Amino acid sequence: MTQILNPLASPLVKGHAMPVQSPDDTAHTPMIHTTVPHAHAAAPVGEPKIKARDVKVFYGDKQALFDVNIDIPAKSVTAFIGPSGCGKSTFLRSINRMNDTIPSARVEGSIEIDGADVNLKSVDPVVLRSRVGMVFQKPNPFPKTIFENVAYGPRIHGLATGKVELEAIVESSLKKAGLWNEVADRLHQPGTGLSGGQQQRLVIARAIAVSPEVILMDEPCSALDPIATARIEELIDELRSQFCIVIVTHSMAQAARVSQRTAFFHLGKLVESGPTEEMFTNPRDSRTQDYITGRFG
Amino acid sequence: MLTWLSLIVLALFSGAAFVAGRRRAVAATGGRARVLHSLPNYYGTYAALWAGAPAALLLLAGAMFGGRVEDAVLQSTRPAAVQALEPDRQAVFYSDAQAIAAKQSPSEVAYEGDLKVALDAKVAEAKRVGTLINVGMLAAAAVLALAGFLLAFPRISTEFRARNRVEGWIGVLLIGCSVAAVLTTLGIVLSLVWESWRFFQSVNPLSFLFGTEWSPQIAMRADQVASAGAFGAVPLFAGTFLIMFIAMLVAAPVGLYSAIYLSEYASRGVRGVVKPLLEILAGVPTVVYGFFAALTVGPIFRAGFNALGAMLVGTMPGVGQYLMEVQNQMALVAGVVMGIMLIPFVSSLSDDIINAVPQTLRDGSYAMGATKSETVKKVILPAALPGIMAAMLLAVSRAVGETMIVTMAAGLQAKMTVNPLDTVTTVTVQIVTLLTGDQEFDSPKTLSAFGLGLTLFVVTLCLNIVALRIVQKYREQYD
Repeated sequence: MTQILNPLASPLVKGHAMPVQSPDDTAHTPMIHTTVPHAHAAAPVGEPKIKARDVKVFYGDKQALFDVNIDIPAKSVTAFIGPSGCGKSTFLRSINRMNDTIPSARVEGSIEIDGADVNLKSVDPVVLRSRVGMVFQKPNPFPKTIFENVAYGPRIHGLATGKVELEAIVESSLKKAGLWNEVADRLHQPGTGLSGGQQQRLVIARAIAVSPEVILMDEPCSALDPIATARIEELIDELRSQFCIVIVTHSMAQAARVSQRTAFFHLGKLVESGPTEEMFTNPRDSRTQDYITGRFG
Repeated sequence: MLTWLSLIVLALFSGAAFVAGRRRAVAATGGRARVLHSLPNYYGTYAALWAGAPAALLLLAGAMFGGRVEDAVLQSTRPAAVQALEPDRQAVFYSDAQAIAAKQSPSEVAYEGDLKVALDAKVAEAKRVGTLINVGMLAAAAVLALAGFLLAFPRISTEFRARNRVEGWIGVLLIGCSVAAVLTTLGIVLSLVWESWRFFQSVNPLSFLFGTEWSPQIAMRADQVASAGAFGAVPLFAGTFLIMFIAMLVAAPVGLYSAIYLSEYASRGVRGVVKPLLEILAGVPTVVYGFFAALTVGPIFRAGFNALGAMLVGTMPGVGQYLMEVQNQMALVAGVVMGIMLIPFVSSLSDDIINAVPQTLRDGSYAMGATKSETVKKVILPAALPGIMAAMLLAVSRAVGETMIVTMAAGLQAKMTVNPLDTVTTVTVQIVTLLTGDQEFDSPKTLSAFGLGLTLFVVTLCLNIVALRIVQKYREQYD
């Protein structure tokens, strides 16, 4: 062992002054040793929030996902890792039926949230997506003011009865996203004028403004610098107490730092999933071992 | 004919220069192709360009200006018999002399006595001068071609950077084309300004721009006391903007909504069929829309309004009577048909703009649980608004400049009205009627066309500049 990487020892919870180890560093690390202070939260308690059984996804004739079975617990962070094109984003997008927006995409199998299959004809994807929020790789604030960005969801779903209530929702969402102090005095300036990291926290605030139960994050830090990344990771850790969070990431260090459970995807298959600490210290599958030690991917 | 022949000969010579240049380059390598600085074809092209291009330019210049030179030489001496003629008869005399010399048919003027003698002398002179110019031009071209080749050919060696030199030639060609385009536009604008200046010598610009009466025909009758004519352009612009407004009422919503349908709702198959169809609609010549308006839409509208008038005449005699007398030509018909013409224009521009809105914004909105129409209304349209505004302004400037439809469907009477059922006339229609047929280009009547043209040009230029500025600002947002 030439180098010991201990991502969770970074001052994640205390502040964001220290840069976070970049994914490249992990790729050269022969072995990763992690200490997970939240290990007690890693084990799923009771019924899983999301239960996927035999999920297959096709794009036209091409099958992108093969028989994925996974349980995702509530109020914890689950990380999907794996090389590019392995199907982790495809699976993520199946959970809130974002694949519906791709005409050639077809999903088989069942994905249950609280025991109800999301793919049933009777489920309105519009309602589903108000329960399952999503944060994308590239910050995508709407070309509106900061206030209007956060107020977007509550407005279209009629969550606020008046201006005062709407303002309260916007304020509490921005506070939860840790952005309030930075933007309180310029709520009516364009959201596109913020920095990349602030924009990403703005869209997280936008997502939590409709009080979803699940938040899906598709590589939320890959377009950010290390300091902004640390800030987002800290935020994810804070949000864990209220939401079921699923995060797709290319950075194994990030998966180790923020998640309680990790699932490894490879070539459209879910290779293995389990508590993060176990996955990184004692993977059962040789492919997982190869990936997390940087032998491929 | 001679020019074409000599150009063909020149092309052959240039081709030969290519082959020679290429051979020399290949021979210089002594079999090791890698020692050449450039590919062999570049050496050939270099030699061919020097052999062909300057001589070709000279030949083209000769074809363009040779006639002028001949005119000048012939007219430098004027026999007494010719000098006795009126100036326009003199012009006929010289053109006849040149026509006979070139074995073309002259005018039917009979020349007798001294004039006949003078004519024969001029014909002989024209033949001499013409031959001299042609022979001189050919000789000069031959010398240029040979000199060019002799300049280029000895330079070819393994170190010679033919590739870079050919690049230089291409640069010259591209600069030449853009300079030609800019100069032509400049020339058109300058002639417009110059003729307008002449017009404004006789008509006060203020009374032209703000006058409310337009009757240029009176000005023709110089013997009448009240012959000043009236050149108030306001009724024309009122008519132009009325028709433009009606056209945009049709084109803006229909074009924009069809663009939204095509980019957001239509399946790939539907889009693949509808979009080319719209583009075909954009390719219909405006004159076809013109007779569609005059022969189909006009009579239908008229019949409809007349029937409506007949129904209403009992209850509302005034309105009913008016509707019964509505004619084929009305602002509404021209406006509606122009609007139909603009639909594909607006829709195709808006479609491009809506497609330029990043997919991540759509995803963001859908992921928030928004429906398609909510996403379009609250995210896509606000994001695309500047571009759509610019597209609308471009459509407006097309509507303002459109000629054929209004000529055939709007009418000729200059009226200050906002009644869409009335006949109105537009700036472009007036320009057409002022300048078609035999016209003298020194009366205010015809010159007023240039005044109108200049004003119209300024209006559309401003619209286009504003539109382009908006588009630029919009582009910066996502790049």
